[in-house]
This record gives sequence, structure tokens and C-alpha cells, in this order.
Amino acid sequence: MTELLLSPFADFGFMRRALAGCLALSLGATPVGVFLMLRRMSLMGDAMSHAILPGAALGYLAFGLSLGAMTVGGIVAGLVVVFAAGLVTRSSVLKEDASLAAFYLLSLAAGVMIVSLRGKNLDLLHVLFGSVLALDDGSLLLIAGIATVTLFGLALLFRPLVLECFDPAFLRAVSGWSPVAHYGFLVLVVLNLVAGFHALGTLMAVGIMILPAAAARLWARGLPALLLLAVLFAFGSGVAGLLVSYHADVPAGPAIVLMCGLVYFASLLAAPGGLLAGRLPLRRHLES
Amino acid sequence: MNAALPLAHAAPVLPPVLAFDDLTLGYDRHPAVHHLSAEIPAGALVAVIGPNGAGKSTLLKGVAGELRPIGGTIRLGCDPHRDVAYMPQRGEMDHSFPVSVFDMVAMGLWRELGAFGRLDGGRRRRVLAALAAVGLSGFESRPIGSLSGGQLQRARFARLILQDAPVILLDEPFAAIDVRTVEDLVAIILGWHAEGRTVLAVVHDFEQVRRHFPSCLLLARELVASGPTAEVLTEPLLHRARHLSEAFDDHAAACRRDDK
Repeated sequence: MTELLLSPFADFGFMRRALAGCLALSLGATPVGVFLMLRRMSLMGDAMSHAILPGAALGYLAFGLSLGAMTVGGIVAGLVVVFAAGLVTRSSVLKEDASLAAFYLLSLAAGVMIVSLRGKNLDLLHVLFGSVLALDDGSLLLIAGIATVTLFGLALLFRPLVLECFDPAFLRAVSGWSPVAHYGFLVLVVLNLVAGFHALGTLMAVGIMILPAAAARLWARGLPALLLLAVLFAFGSGVAGLLVSYHADVPAGPAIVLMCGLVYFASLLAAPGGLLAGRLPLRRHLES
Repeated sequence: MNAALPLAHAAPVLPPVLAFDDLTLGYDRHPAVHHLSAEIPAGALVAVIGPNGAGKSTLLKGVAGELRPIGGTIRLGCDPHRDVAYMPQRGEMDHSFPVSVFDMVAMGLWRELGAFGRLDGGRRRRVLAALAAVGLSGFESRPIGSLSGGQLQRARFARLILQDAPVILLDEPFAAIDVRTVEDLVAIILGWHAEGRTVLAVVHDFEQVRRHFPSCLLLARELVASGPTAEVLTEPLLHRARHLSEAFDDHAAACRRDDK
């Protein structure tokens, strides 16, 4: 058993790096995913992950497979799309989903075109699906750094962000924090998508954000429990995914996201907020 | 009927007088409140009444600063962001959000706490006291999604209590609420009045207005009448209000009243 579970990490440096990357992503990206879900923006996270592609591709086109260039490019592209969409939402009749969809579709098309201008298919695969088993020092530091920034950012924004999710009209009435919370949060989303894309690729980075969040929502009633549980689910899925990938010799990124999916389906079946809870025999009700 | 309210209910506090000077508020150039001039003395308890579409909610939105006047001015003798508490008719609150009744009500302390202030023991006691005042003791740790409509309205009132604002705007606070809850909420409003706060409430039930509200503002987009309730709530004035409030005319000509 120990052999099965521990020796891959004990024996191989790349597995330990992947493990550290998963831990950082669970601590940073997953709490952001919880708020994405609570703001009913789960699908927008997906959209924004596509928006990052052209920036990363431009960085790649200019400097080759350089960590810094692709990261900066991705962050810039993500922020441009987020703020442009926000501007259109606030000053036109289009709602946020429509304006964001318009920008991310353009961004994705531009990205694929840029990648195909120079890249070989292999490089495109790296951008789309990441390489959690080949994280070098730079990537690992970047992911850990973004996780750190995210935790501090969420701690600072926590109260306004909760209120912005839950009663935005009230927040606007009592303070000027509403745009700070909104855009600050979107910046965190972009940062974490960029972190996630190094490990899992642009397409699957959202997986480790949203799936553990959705699974935890089925169990938890309060926000602190929800955040903690989501992080645990994400890290657990990361470990399990890496082990499956090692022993069955399958790609690690999809394995991790599929493990998140497994936790989600198990929660759907077993959790008090899930599918079966309503069909179980009722417990005796309380007096009040 | 004069536009100025008499100072019959002036309370012994510094007057954050609310005054409307030739105020026009509206959407897409169509006025919802049209050339309104009126004064609300400090400490007044005013029922804003009128038919549907008369501009009652729009007027409150204007005072709360959510709508910019398209003509005229709103003069407020206090800081609109700090001293006005506004309860919209339909909040944007997400009832499925995992937050407890205590936390939701405690957000009424935002202007004191800001984003980083600590909810210390004294403030916790005030939150509990506010919950007790609205009859929600024992509900602290329930998720807000489990509250009934009436209980939720009580929780929103508890949050208003904590906001501790000198000017309170209530948009249809009694809509779809049972008699018992209405009575409790009216008692809270009368308490605010006794404390010298200025309260404007959009109310539809004329019986309630007669019993509890000393003064009235009768709107039908234009001001029909304002003053002591007994003088405003009369059949001829109400008839005139109904008559005045017609639908938006898509082809209305530009209003020339400002030109004279």
C-alpha cells in the first residue's frame, strides 16, 4: 500500500513537483472557484480561460516556449478581455455573459490562429492541456506565487466580495467597494487561470476550480466549511490523479480533473444537498 | 394645496431636511416624477402614496442616489452615502447564498466596520438585540434561504436598525406580508419616528396610512398633494391622482415647462 501511494512521490522529483503544484493550485485556484460558483459565473471561468490563449500564444510566438513571456501574455490578454467586457456591460445594453462571450470567442480564435502561424501541434497541445508532470522551478514558483497572492487577495477582499456575491445592491448603497470587489476578484480569476494553464492547460484549468467547489457546495452549509472542503477535495483529487497517472501511465492533467469529477459524482449521490438526499426516509423532524 | 409640509412633527434633532426643487426623475427621458417641489422636515414620518406608476419608487431611488435627476434638484441636509438607509422593494439578495441570518443582519454595521473592522463583543450584542427587536431571536445560525418571506422582511428590518441612519427610505415594506408581521414592523417604524429619524415609506394600504403615518405625499408623477394625512387622503385628491396617472406616451413631446 505504502509502495503504491508513497513511493512514486518518494522516488521521483517530477512527481514531487507535480504534487507541490497541485497543492498550490488547490490553495489558490479552488477558493477562487468557490466564489466563481457562488457568483453564478462557473461558465464564465471557462470562457475566460479561453481568453488567455492569444496572449500566451503571442508570448510564445515572440519568445518561443518561454515561461515569463507566455505568463505575462496570458495575464495581459485575460485582463484586457475582462475589463473590456466589464466596460461594455456597464455602458451598453448587453449583459455580462453576452459581452464576455463576444470577447472570449474573438480572443480564442485569435489565439488558435497565432499558434498555428508558427507552432507545431505538440506546442499547441502544451498550451491547451498543460504539463503538470514537467513543472520546472520557474513554473512551480510562479504557481506558488500566484497562490500566495490569491490567498492574501481573498483575505483582503473577503467581506466586500461576499456581500458583492450575495447582496450587491446593498454593498453599492453602503460603500464604494462594489467595483473594487468585482474587478479585484476578476483579476484573481485571471491570475489563477494562468497558474492553472501551466499545469493543466487552458482548457482544463477551470476543472480544478469549479468541480471541487460544486462538490463541496453539496455538503457544506456555511462559507468557511465550503472553502475548506473545496480545497481538501481539490488537493485529494490532485494526489489521486497523479497516482492514477503514474500507475496507469495516462496523462496527469485529465486524470486530475477526472478525479475531481469522481468526487463531484460521489457527492451528488451521497451529500445532503445531492440527488438521493430527497429520496431517503425522513428523520424525525424537530420541534421548532 | 401647498407643496410644503407643515412642521407639525418636527423632532428635537438637527434637521437633515429633505427638499425637492422642481425635481424630474425618469427613464429614457420619460419622466416618472415630474416637476416635483416639496419639503420633508426633519423627523417626519411620511407615507408616499399614489397609483401604480406614479413614481413613488423612483422618488426613493432618487433620494438614495441610485438615479440621477434629469431636471431640478434633491437637497439633502446630510451625507447621502452615510446617513441614508434605503430598503428597495425587491432586493437583489441571492437567497441561496450560504450565509447565516446573523451574518446577513450584521452587514447593517458596514458603515461602522467597513471591509476590515472587527465584529467585537459589543457589536455582536447589538446584532443580537436587533434580531430580538424584530422577533428573530433563535434564528441567528439559520441560513437565510430557510426564512419565510415575512421572516426575511424582519431580517431586512433588523439590518436597517443596525444601519442607524437618520433618514430611512422604505419601498413597499409591507408587500406580501401577513398582518402580524406588518404590525411588528409598523411598531419598529414608529420607534424610529419617536427617535427623531426621518422616514419615507411607500405604502399602499390607506388604512395603515391613516392609522400610523402623520403626513403624506400623494404622487401621480406630479405632486398631487402633501401635508397632514387627514388633508391629503381625501376622495377628491385621490380621484385626481388616479386621473393624472396615465401610461407612458412613447411619442410625448419634449416638456417645455422649464422654458418659461
